[in-house]
Amino acid sequence: MTANEHLIRDLVEKHGTNRTALIPILQGVVETKNFISDTDMTEIAKELDLSAAQVFGTATFYSFLSTEPLGKYVIRVCKTITCDMHGKRTIIQTIEEMLKIKVGETTPNKKFSLLETNCLGWCHEGPAMLINEKPFTGLTHERVHDIISDYISKL
Amino acid sequence: MTTTVTVGLGSCGIAAGANKTYDKIKALKESENLDFSLKKTSCIGMCYREPLVEIVDDTGTYIYGDVDAERAIEVIEKHVNQQDPVRDYIVYTDLFDAPENGFMNSQVKIVLRNCGYMDPESIDEYEAREGYQAMKRIAEEKIGADQVIETILKSGLRGRGGGGFPTGLKWKFARANQSDEKYVICNADEGDPGAFMDRSILEGDPHSVVEGMIIAAYAIGATGGVIYCRAEYPLAIKRLNIALGQARQRGYLGNDILGVNDFNFDIYIKEGAGAFVCGEETALIASVEGERGMPRKRPPFPAESGLWRKPTNINNVETFNNIPWIILNGAEAFASWGTEKSKGTKVFALAGKIRNSGLVEVPMGITIHDVIMKLGGGIKEGKKFKAVQLGGPSGGCIPQYLSETIVDYDSVNATGAIMGSGGMVVMDESTCMVDVAKFFLDFTCKESCGKCTFCRVGTVRMLEILERITNREGREGDIEKLEELAYEIKDNSLCGLGQTAPNPVLTTIKYFRDEYEAHIIHKKCPAKVCRPLLTYTVDQEQCTGCMVCLKNCPANAITGERKQPHLVNQELCTQCGVCYSKCKFDSIILT
Ligand SMILES: Cc1cc2nc3c(=O)[nH]c(=O)nc-3n(C[C@H](O)[C@H](O)[C@H](O)COP(=O)(O)O)c2cc1C
Ligand code: SF4
Ligand code: SF4
Ligand code: SF4
Ligand code: FES
Ligand code: FES
Repeated sequence: MTANEHLIRDLVEKHGTNRTALIPILQGVVETKNFISDTDMTEIAKELDLSAAQVFGTATFYSFLSTEPLGKYVIRVCKTITCDMHGKRTIIQTIEEMLKIKVGETTPNKKFSLLETNCLGWCHEGPAMLINEKPFTGLTHERVHDIISDYISKL
Repeated sequence: MTTTVTVGLGSCGIAAGANKTYDKIKALKESENLDFSLKKTSCIGMCYREPLVEIVDDTGTYIYGDVDAERAIEVIEKHVNQQDPVRDYIVYTDLFDAPENGFMNSQVKIVLRNCGYMDPESIDEYEAREGYQAMKRIAEEKIGADQVIETILKSGLRGRGGGGFPTGLKWKFARANQSDEKYVICNADEGDPGAFMDRSILEGDPHSVVEGMIIAAYAIGATGGVIYCRAEYPLAIKRLNIALGQARQRGYLGNDILGVNDFNFDIYIKEGAGAFVCGEETALIASVEGERGMPRKRPPFPAESGLWRKPTNINNVETFNNIPWIILNGAEAFASWGTEKSKGTKVFALAGKIRNSGLVEVPMGITIHDVIMKLGGGIKEGKKFKAVQLGGPSGGCIPQYLSETIVDYDSVNATGAIMGSGGMVVMDESTCMVDVAKFFLDFTCKESCGKCTFCRVGTVRMLEILERITNREGREGDIEKLEELAYEIKDNSLCGLGQTAPNPVLTTIKYFRDEYEAHIIHKKCPAKVCRPLLTYTVDQEQCTGCMVCLKNCPANAITGERKQPHLVNQELCTQCGVCYSKCKFDSIILT
C-alpha cells in the first residue's frame, strides 16, 4: 500500500463508510497533505461505495477542500469589507513581494500558497489572515513582514 | 483581603500581548509569594483596550486597560501590595467614574452573561455561575416538555440567526412531528461579513450553547445533536470539544440525562469546509449528510423533514445561549426587555470606521444612534458618520439621517435593511456607497451555489453594471436596469441567499441615489474612492519635484524638472492612480 492509501484507510477506519464520513475524510486528507488528488478521490469513492463523480462534486463545492496542490503553509487573507477598509491591499502586496507570487499561486518550492478568503470573524481587528489554522490579526506592513519572515525561516 | 486577578486571554487579548501580561503576573506572584488568585478569562467585548486585567477585592471591581507586562508590575505592586488602585489605568470600576463605565453600564448582558467573567475551559466555573442549573431545575421539578416550550413562547424569543422566527413556535412544530429519531442542530456557520458574535460566544461560553441545545432536545424529544461550526474558527471548535467532553463526564450528555428516564442525547461537531451558503439551514443539512451544500425547496421545513428526513430543529448559537437564562429567570424577566414584537437583547459586532470596535449586547429598542455613538464611541478620526450596514450581504445600508431607527426586527425591516445576525459595519464620509454595494454583490455572486438561474446569472449581470459605473462607463438607465434585475432575482430564487442578494444595491439606491447619479452622469465619485472617476493634479506648493510620479506614470502624462513642481496632462492621464500611491509627499490631489 502507498502512503496515500494508508492515510485514506486510516481515515475510513476513524470516520466509517457512511456518506456523512465523506467530508471529514476529505478534510483529513487536506489536513495531512493540503490537497486531494484524483487518485485520492478514486480511492475514497471505492472505500465509501460512491462514484468518483460524487466525491469530486462534493470536494469541489467547498473552498477549503482544495483539489489543486497547495503549499505547506496556506496563507488566506480576508478579502471582505472591513478588512478591505483597514488596508488589506497593502497586506497582500507585502506578501506578494516577499514570496514573489500572486494571489492564487504557490511558491516553486511548494512551501507557501497565497489565497484570499471570506470574512474570518476578526473584523474589529482587521486586516486578518489565517496561516493554515492560525489566525493573525491587526496586520500592518511591518507585522506581516515579521510573520512571513518567521515562516520563511521555519522548516 | 481576598483578591482575584483575572487576565483576558480572548483571541484579541492574545494578539495584544496578554500572554506576556499573564506570565509576568504569574512570575511576580510566585517569586514574591503574593497572596491573590490568578485566573484567565475570555473576551469581555472591550477588545480596543486589550490587554485587560480585572482585579476584584473586598473594596470592589476594577478593570485595567492596556496592561502590558511593564504596567502589570506597577498595577500589582500598587494595587495588590499597597491597596492603592492606579486610577490612571482603570477603564472600568463600580466605585467611581472611569472612561469605560458608560460602555459597560449601558449594556444588558443576558447572552454574554459569562463571556469575560469565567474560564471557558472550566465546567466548574460555568457551574458556579448557575451553569446547568436550568436543565437541573427542569429535571428536578419535572417540568414537562410542553411547559418548557410554553415558557420559550411566552418569552417572545425570536431566532438570532437572521430570520427572526419565534423560537418557541419552531420547537412546538418539531415536537408535534412524531418520529423515532429527531435532531437538534446548532448553526455556528457564521459567515456574514462583519459578524463575529457567534465566534466570541463559542470561545467565551461554550457550555451555555451546549446547555441550550440539551434543553431544546428535551423539549422536542431529540435523539441526536450536531453543532455545525465553520472551519475558520479553530479555537471555538477546540473549546466546544472540551465542553462536550466535560458535559459527558458529568452526565449532562449521555443516557437518562440527570435521571430523566429515556432522555438520551449526545452532540457531535461537524466542521464546515468554507462555503457561505451552508449557513442556510437546508444547505447545512445537506452538508452534514456529506453532500454538496445546496439549499433545497421549503416546505417541507426541517421541523418536519430535516437531517436524514427526520424532524429537526435548527437554531443559531445566540438563540441557544438565551435559553438557560430564560428557564432560570422566567419568560417575564426576558420579555421585560425590548419592544412589543422583539423581546430581550441583541448582540452586535461593531466594526468598520467606528472608534470602539468590538462586541456589545443591548436591549432591543435602543436606537442605532446610541449603539454607534454611545457604545461605539462614534466615528474614528473625527470623521462624519455616513451609514451603517446591517445584515451583511442580505441586509442593507441605513443612512445617518435614519439613525434614530430602533433596533427591532420590524423597524429595521422597514428601512429595507434587515436585522440580520448582528454585524454592524460602520461607514464614514470616505466610504463610497456604490463601491459598498459592489462589494456585497461580488460576495453573493461568488457564493451563489448556482442552482437557480436568476441568482447565478442575475447577480453577475448586476455586478457587471456596478463595475461599469465605478469604472467611468456608467450609462443613463443603469439604475433602472439594476432595480429591474434586483426584483427578478428576488422573485425567482429558491433560498435566502438569492432572495436577499440585491438588498445592498436596492438600499444604497434608495438612500444614496445622488451618489449613483454622480458616478453615472457627472463621472465623479463624491467619496473619492473609485479611481477612474477622479481627477489627478499636482499640488504646486507641496510638490518637491522628486520625479517619482513621472517615472512611474504608465501613460507618460506627467511632466516636470528635478526639484520643480510637476504637472499632469489631463489629456493623457488614464486615472490609474499610480502617482497617488507612489508620491511620498502627499502632493497628488484628488478631485
Ligand atoms: C445564505 C444564508 C446564510 C445563513 N447563514 C447563517 C449563519 O451563518 N448562522 C445562522 O445561525 N443562520 C444563518 N442563516 C439562517 C438559517 O437558515 C436559519 O434560519 C437559522 O439558523 C435558524 O436559527 P434561528 O431561528 O435561531 O435564527 C443563513 C441563511 C441564509 C439564507
Ligand atoms: S438562491 Fe442562489 S444560493 Fe440559493 S439555492 Fe438558488 S442559486 Fe443557490
Ligand atoms: S493617474 Fe496614472 S495616468 Fe494619471 S497621471 Fe497619475 S500615474 Fe499618470
Ligand atoms: S511624486 Fe509627488 S513630490 Fe514627487 S514629483 Fe510627483 S507629485 Fe511631486
Ligand atoms: S471582514 Fe475581514 S475578518 Fe471580517
Ligand atoms: S478579546 Fe478581550 S475584550 Fe475582546
